[in-house]
Amino acid sequence: MKMKKVIATALVGFMAMGMLAGCGGGNDTQKDNQQGGDAVAAIKVGGTGPLTGGASIYGLAVQRGAEIAIEEVNAKGGIQFEFKMEDDAHDTEKAVNAYNALKDWGMQLSLNSVTTAPGTATSDLNFEDRIFGLTPSASGTGVTEGKDNVFQMCFADPNQGSASAQYIADQKLGTKIGIIYKNDDAYSSGIYQTFQAKAADLGLNIVSTTTFTTDSQNDFTVQLQDAKNAGADLLFLPMYYDAASLILGQAATMDYAPKFFGVDGMDGILTLEGFDTALAEGVMLLTPFSADAEDDRTKAFVAKYQDLYGEIPNQFAADAYDCIYALHQACEAAGATADMTAAELNDLMIEQFTSMSFDGLTGAGATWSENGQVNKDPKGMVIQGGVYVGM
Amino acid sequence: MEFLFNLISGISLGSIYAIIALGYTMVYGIAKMLNFAHGDVIMVGAYICFFATARYGLNPLLGVLLSMVVCTVLGIVIERLAYKPLRQAPALAVLITAIGMSYFLQNAAQLLWTSSPKVFPSVVKGSVKLFDGALSVSFVTIVTILVCVIIMVALVLFVNKTRIGKSMRAVSEDKGAAQLMGINVNSTISLTFAIGSALAAIAGVLLCSAYPTLVPTTGAMPGIKAFTAAVFGGIGSIPGALIGGILLGIIEIFAKAYISTQLSDAIVFAVLIVVLLVKPTGLLGKKVSEKV
Repeated sequence: MKMKKVIATALVGFMAMGMLAGCGGGNDTQKDNQQGGDAVAAIKVGGTGPLTGGASIYGLAVQRGAEIAIEEVNAKGGIQFEFKMEDDAHDTEKAVNAYNALKDWGMQLSLNSVTTAPGTATSDLNFEDRIFGLTPSASGTGVTEGKDNVFQMCFADPNQGSASAQYIADQKLGTKIGIIYKNDDAYSSGIYQTFQAKAADLGLNIVSTTTFTTDSQNDFTVQLQDAKNAGADLLFLPMYYDAASLILGQAATMDYAPKFFGVDGMDGILTLEGFDTALAEGVMLLTPFSADAEDDRTKAFVAKYQDLYGEIPNQFAADAYDCIYALHQACEAAGATADMTAAELNDLMIEQFTSMSFDGLTGAGATWSENGQVNKDPKGMVIQGGVYVGM
Repeated sequence: MEFLFNLISGISLGSIYAIIALGYTMVYGIAKMLNFAHGDVIMVGAYICFFATARYGLNPLLGVLLSMVVCTVLGIVIERLAYKPLRQAPALAVLITAIGMSYFLQNAAQLLWTSSPKVFPSVVKGSVKLFDGALSVSFVTIVTILVCVIIMVALVLFVNKTRIGKSMRAVSEDKGAAQLMGINVNSTISLTFAIGSALAAIAGVLLCSAYPTLVPTTGAMPGIKAFTAAVFGGIGSIPGALIGGILLGIIEIFAKAYISTQLSDAIVFAVLIVVLLVKPTGLLGKKVSEKV
């Protein structure tokens, strides 16, 4: 009797799970079918990213940006792409499973992963399986290091840190520099380390360095007080905009108004719902993409994205959009076809990416080094009157 | 001056922990279960208030009331669907269900409201300046502490002086015996959840007024910290939650300011371990001797 009950409960549980899974997956399958219908012989492009969980804002942006680009390149005729994104919930183990699912699906080219920690794991598999990887946004060095067939569309963390230090020194933006960074985050601490090293080379005077973690991402009064007491006139904030928005608000209540300098993670702060953009007045950042840029391609992309998803795209969406275009450009140039194996495409892509130059939303004339890192110019932006203005 | 500044920061952080801890400790004290979904009910409360005030322009006070009503209903529904069927099950099963419920709420919020952060419009704006502007104490902090004390006193009076409070204490002491005395155990526990969830709504609004970034995981970490505070003060003890919360906030800020920002969490939890080693029931916890 008891056994029966246990089995019954278990069955109900499984059914419920099945229903939930059905709900979540519904949209994706539909989209896949549509794309499958359009494309007869298409090169299969797969990627993993956090579509659920705390980091899903990044994964969803990449998925959407890539889907817009896929539709556009397929509409051009020529080489067709079929795209599939698997959820990794910003978790290394799930990312490996997601990658394997994509491999079973027949992935020929890969967008690797959206975030750094999963990207480091899946890029190992990209390397072993000889499937070419181009990550839109996994910016850690571990993603590309020692893997000849994994490339980045975003700046690698070290480049952001040293470029920021260089920029601050060149423009003489501050004499005493304070830094607040997130020490349990590879992105933030990676940028901090190279910033600090470069700043030492350039003779920049760092007067205050404090940290926070995901768990203490509420209260920044101590960190701000430390910087204020040390007399920092420029505060470097290598972090994402959610934490930065709190810092700006708390600094304002403390009547502390240094110059704030952010990196690409700061992008998005202006579109944060309910955020008082006056707080971000004068905030400077280095970013490859700005949704307010005036060129036609950016405008068209932003309009289409807003139309489809009701949001302003962030740089992750733009990076993903560029990834698809870059892969497309490389495939056309190399004369790739859909019946090639992943390994054949892999060799062609490495050859192309180390020699080609690419113009995208996130920078013109981008080239790649053999270590997989991208070379393009970050744009210095300053927020004035609630919009980005080039510096 | 810096010491005073840090003390005030600590109290304002601690008052937030305290108000969340009150909900934890109230439910634990009576239903004897750890409702790990409490932090996520807080998040739901904050979202409801956000939509009511920022999107539909409702008066903030009405927004708070609305979110209290929604959270109360949500609390009762959660209790009915997830916890009530497990009344006779081992405590571990209920605990796991609560954790599952916590994830369910987070992911449901993500589907409904997306994971892009929203900035909560503070319900209580402004701050007072002391010592010629050298120190500022925000009104949110003052309101939070006041609300905390009011809730604490009200809860203590409610539990100790009213009939329903009496039945709650009876249920907490011995469910079986309470039932034999003619107390409706199920509705008493449901009521406890309703009150706990209404408190969660208030906590959510105050949490987000003080730290205005709102995402589906907003409640998770403060929830865990507040749980720590409740254990610190003696779980089940209502005044203990207040004291535990405020002490935890002060320790956290002092550890950050005077020792290291990198180690602050490690220090907070080290203090907790020491306290529990010396006083296993927490600061104000009652020692319950189990009769065999």
